[in-house]
Amino acid sequence: MTAPASYGPAALPRLRVGAAQAGVALAAAFFALVCLAALAPGLFAHGPDQVNPALALRDPMPGHPLGTDQLGRDVLARLVFGARPSLLVGVGSTLLAGLAGSAWGLLAALGGRLVGEAAMRLADVLLSFPAILMALLVVAVLGPGTRNAVLAITVALAPGFARVVRAQALVVRGSAYVRAAVNLGLTPGRILLRHIAPNVVAPLLILATINVGTALIAGASLCFLGLGPQPPAPEWGAMLAQARDYLDASWTLALFPGAAITLTVMSATVVGRALQARYEGREAG
Amino acid sequence: MTEAPLLEVAGLSVDFATRRGVVRAVRDVDLSLRAGECLAVVGESGSGKSVTARALLGLAGTGARVRARTLSFEGRDLRRLSGREWRRLRGRRIGYVLQDALTSLDPLRRVGHEVAEALEVHGLADRDDLDDQVIGLLAEAGVPDPDVRFLQYPHELSGGLRQRALIASAIAARPSLLVADEPTTALDVTVQAQVLDLLRARVRAGTAVLLISHDLAVVARLADQVSVIYAGLVVERGPADALLRAPAHPYTADLLAAVPAVDGPARELPLVRTGPPAAGGCPYAPRCALADDRCRAEPPPPVPYGPGREVRCFHADRERPVPASGAAAAPPRVKDHAVVSVRGVTKRYRSPGGSWRTAVDDVSFDLRAGEALGLVGESGSGKSTTARIVLAEIAPDAGTVLLDGEAWSVPRERDRRARRSRIQLVDQDPLSSFDPRFTVERVVGEAVPGRMSRRLRRDRVAGLLAEVGLDDALLDRRPAQLSGGQRQRVALARALAPRPEVIVCDEPVSALDVTVQAQILALLARLRREAGVALLFISHDLGVVRQVCDRVAVMKDGALVETGDVADVFRAPRAAYTAELLAAVPRIDVGWTTERAAPAMNLEGLP
Repeated sequence: MTAPASYGPAALPRLRVGAAQAGVALAAAFFALVCLAALAPGLFAHGPDQVNPALALRDPMPGHPLGTDQLGRDVLARLVFGARPSLLVGVGSTLLAGLAGSAWGLLAALGGRLVGEAAMRLADVLLSFPAILMALLVVAVLGPGTRNAVLAITVALAPGFARVVRAQALVVRGSAYVRAAVNLGLTPGRILLRHIAPNVVAPLLILATINVGTALIAGASLCFLGLGPQPPAPEWGAMLAQARDYLDASWTLALFPGAAITLTVMSATVVGRALQARYEGREAG
Repeated sequence: MTEAPLLEVAGLSVDFATRRGVVRAVRDVDLSLRAGECLAVVGESGSGKSVTARALLGLAGTGARVRARTLSFEGRDLRRLSGREWRRLRGRRIGYVLQDALTSLDPLRRVGHEVAEALEVHGLADRDDLDDQVIGLLAEAGVPDPDVRFLQYPHELSGGLRQRALIASAIAARPSLLVADEPTTALDVTVQAQVLDLLRARVRAGTAVLLISHDLAVVARLADQVSVIYAGLVVERGPADALLRAPAHPYTADLLAAVPAVDGPARELPLVRTGPPAAGGCPYAPRCALADDRCRAEPPPPVPYGPGREVRCFHADRERPVPASGAAAAPPRVKDHAVVSVRGVTKRYRSPGGSWRTAVDDVSFDLRAGEALGLVGESGSGKSTTARIVLAEIAPDAGTVLLDGEAWSVPRERDRRARRSRIQLVDQDPLSSFDPRFTVERVVGEAVPGRMSRRLRRDRVAGLLAEVGLDDALLDRRPAQLSGGQRQRVALARALAPRPEVIVCDEPVSALDVTVQAQILALLARLRREAGVALLFISHDLGVVRQVCDRVAVMKDGALVETGDVADVFRAPRAAYTAELLAAVPRIDVGWTTERAAPAMNLEGLP
């Protein structure tokens, strides 16, 4: 604010055109590609489980652009087919956590003092454990597998959502437009559905996008530990775990699943942050 | 007053680069201010008056391009100053008083520190008796008990005291120029009067004051010179008394005419067209009653008009047609039965210290059908709490509220919900009372009772918008895209939708420009006539209450001190407090507006 004012016919300062916009577009495109691969892997590659011992542990070569693994399976095909289980854990658990957390947070905000206090103290307790530890605990109880991994990460992430939803719901409940709705004689249920819930959910979608990254990492970690989808299902975390045993023979084997996880998490986070900036900018305007 | 001007500005322009191109916020403004003189820059919101002030402080912002032919202060050319030199000048030679004292004071620092900092930054602090220096400054700024106050935090002070503390820190370094941007806007009238007196005393002591204000009455009280600014252009300037007594520019005249007066009979406010300024030609042409083809084609140059005056208008000498007024066809019908009866209502709150504070103290009044009852008082007097009790948003600790003779302040919301539509609310900030996701159609449509098809509901909403003077092209807009006046009309349309008997108006026009305010007040008067709705009208602005209301109730410290017919109370107040309030209202001598008759005019395009 204390920049010197310019005098005399000088050029107007140029508006900062977001240089980051190109990055956001790139991230969105990559994330969309990964989603497409998850929905229709057949578009990109074939035969993720095709074993060919004669071509085991090869570096990238014609026909196998990302090389082969210890059983001679095509790494590219496995990566493409691995998008579905990987995303399923990341996105699925985020969705479930968002739903459960919303209900939890709304209950805490609107359900009266005692219920609210109890719900939030429970959230505090759960949030005091690292997400991955929480997820491990759940898997330890339920046993490994895709469904249980999803459930485990849901349990780990839901309290975070509950907290945000409760805070937002309290703001919305005290807002002048809810006051106006009360003065119109709307019933509490209608106010909740028409005004409170939608205005709470909008910022939540952004939080969810950012959380996909966290969930993806948590999912990949569980799978790396062998607690997710069981072999021979292609999954990035599991592929990374197997590649660890062959690092001496082929370092590229670990590189590609690792890069897939990293890039997907990054692109989800970049898109989420961009959405958040845009939403907050609109709020300020 | 023959010495060289302290501040000399010529050809000041400020442009902002925005997404939609360059905005010319200030265009070719000339100002000249001598020591011991007060120059007021007057204009509506968005006119460029604050940008002008900030440009003079070197605070126009990084997105701004500031240009000037002359910009000299105390003989120095300010155009070449570096950021550092600006910082040394600001506070030291030019003091700055902002409108919002709460946000411009650091909440975590004692008031005394804030003032002491102004001394320390400029190396004027005397280590040994800094405290005495600060206490002296606070006393000078009219802060009572300065030795107590300087140890307090901003939140412990009232708005008026905060404003004074801010003034104390602005004058700490004895600047020769004080820039005051809307220094009294958020204050109660009695406090406003005190702050104006304080500024007046600074002017007498030889400080030059540049006053930025939208309030002509404040300007009339303080300024020696006035520059009226519209769309970044100074449309008229000259000595304050001559300019306010006989305005030359139609815009000045329209502004003056739109100010509701506290004294004399209630007069119908003239309805001036409002709208954005024109891009070419005279910017005021779209709103001006005198505009002709020449005004629309070429911008009028500034021409001399009487001693020391200048005006940018081709028609400054022409007789002005009397602006259309919202003349009442027939006085609203006031029936004898009470729609709302407030009976001995008391509400207490526990303050953080543990003691109880009585916000509303044994208040009783009736609001008759079709009547407009004004509720006036200073901030903290319990007006808004009373309104919330009448709306049954909070329950009184004692006493009852009856709606049409039936219990209204009942404990269970369920027993009230079906009758909620009979009382509606319009408050100060309409935008926040609209769901941000909703279009105008949905905002108003939600208030239309009953089940119906979407198409029928849309038609009903369009009808309501027409009733409040809005085009149905706004149906699909979002409220954030509307102007302040349009938003308040949308709020009124929503309040009217369930056909209520009572509308509670909580400061409905205090955020609006005077010309827009005049339109909304005329609209309220018309709605009363046509819809027969009663108004509980809460306002700190006595002129507005005089304009709108039949009866008035004056509140102080939670209690009613006086109730009666508006004309009687304002002419001969019985309570000492009412008299004090009335005496504090700044007035303008606008003889020419009150004398003329209010003939019927073509109201096309007006509410």
